[in-house]
Amino acid sequence: MLYNLILAPFEFGFMRRALAGCIALSLAGPPLGVFLVLRRMSLMSDVLQHGILPGIALGATAAGLSFWAMGLGGVLAGLCVALLAGWLTRATGGREDSQLAGVYLLALALGVAMLSAQRGVDLSHLLFGSVLAVDDTALLCMAGVACIALPGLAVIWRPLILESLDPGFLAANGGRGGLWHLAFLALVVLSVVSGFAALGTLMSVGLMMLPAIASRHFASSLAGQVRASVLLAVAASIIGLLMSYHMDLPAGPAIVLSAGGLWAIGLSAGPRESLLRRLRHIRQID
Amino acid sequence: MTPSVIRIDDLILSHDRQVAVSGLSGSFAPGSLTAITGPNGAGKTTLLRALAGLHAPDAGCIIGTSSAGRTIGTSGAGSIIGTASRIALLPQASQLDRSFPISCRDMVALGHWPRLGALRGQTPAMRDEVWQAMEAVGLAELASRAVGSLSSGQFQRALFARLIVQDAPILLLDEPFTAVDEPTGADLLKLLLGWHKAGKTVIVVLHDLQLIQRAFPQTLLLAGVPVAWGSTASVLTTANIHRARLGNWIEPYVETQQWPAA
Repeated sequence: MLYNLILAPFEFGFMRRALAGCIALSLAGPPLGVFLVLRRMSLMSDVLQHGILPGIALGATAAGLSFWAMGLGGVLAGLCVALLAGWLTRATGGREDSQLAGVYLLALALGVAMLSAQRGVDLSHLLFGSVLAVDDTALLCMAGVACIALPGLAVIWRPLILESLDPGFLAANGGRGGLWHLAFLALVVLSVVSGFAALGTLMSVGLMMLPAIASRHFASSLAGQVRASVLLAVAASIIGLLMSYHMDLPAGPAIVLSAGGLWAIGLSAGPRESLLRRLRHIRQID
Repeated sequence: MTPSVIRIDDLILSHDRQVAVSGLSGSFAPGSLTAITGPNGAGKTTLLRALAGLHAPDAGCIIGTSSAGRTIGTSGAGSIIGTASRIALLPQASQLDRSFPISCRDMVALGHWPRLGALRGQTPAMRDEVWQAMEAVGLAELASRAVGSLSSGQFQRALFARLIVQDAPILLLDEPFTAVDEPTGADLLKLLLGWHKAGKTVIVVLHDLQLIQRAFPQTLLLAGVPVAWGSTASVLTTANIHRARLGNWIEPYVETQQWPAA
């Protein structure tokens, strides 16, 4: 019974490949997501996931549906959007959220328009992904990005903490805050692009941000939150793939829904800063 | 321990073409303890930021020299040449994000950043320094508490501990005793006087004239332009305080003078 429920589905090759891909995404994305949340840049992940679409479309136009061409286009477009967003933030002095919303709405429309002009492109595959049909190239790419993102985050770990915690102190001590910020955004772009083949441009950020948002309900220290975010993402991947298999749901949305479910559990009954904790606290005061 | 001196020549500082400080010349002697005081909007914070190399002068220059006579940093019109790791600044309104999940000890240990950079690890001696700094400010028991759970007084103590760890020969503090209660203020003042005794050059922006008279040998009275600079007794005279409009300050002393376009 338990075997049929949990293990049997993974006897199929496509399920194992999907799981391997999702584990790679779970290692690369959520730790970066934790920093996005702490730096109050959650909106930035939305901007990037839409921002890469015109680049992917351009790659598809130039070289057909080659994964590498689309991935490269996505990375370049993502970096451009990240720089543009950074510039807008500085130029508008704190009113950046509306500017950022403007950027990603435009990028989404532009990307969809460019892709629709192409013949033979299945738009829904690019927007929503096809986790159960990832090919070797996409799988290698996801693993490769995980191999870059994790050590990369380790290298910028301390300055990134300092830049998030106390930018004034970093500036006063000769640290180039902007440089670390850009390195961080580059890692985020890589990780968002690597997810598009599996989860689609609209869903790839879901596996990155939802576990990151949920992690603060499970751990108090930064390292603890990073670990929790990875574990939550892996758990969401497994639950999502099983739901997709048994209930015949599309896999991408099932994975993101599972991540959302874990977030809801953390928010309502997690060990830290959850509603249950707050209720108990109030009862103790009474 | 090499005490340092800062020399200022005909300095002009401004924000968006509004002059904040002008016509300032003088020097901070090695190992001196100076209070900078004056009405709100007198340019005290701007001057402190310029000394820390965070605000480029519009004209004039700031020259930092080590005791060996070597120039450790200059800052001239429109440019900033870093004096990092020689100067430690404690801003008034710290940009520190207190909701960030970091322990008190780790925050204090970041004072080693100028020496460690991104990749080098702390040596055991450095860990000891962090521990000693936490003990010196009376926070040793709270070392593993999250920064966000500290009271404002404890938080200011933690920032002082980070200053101790930085171990810079020149210390700049912007109103370090506001928003803390009296015992904390007294403890922090004791630490500050200890740094002065150890030969560091300490420059503090303060509003409390009585405290300045009691504890600070040198004073710079600033009101956009320097009103007086020298020994505290010679600076804090009734006439000077009146000139700086500190007694009954009604309208901005510094007129919004337009700085001519370059």
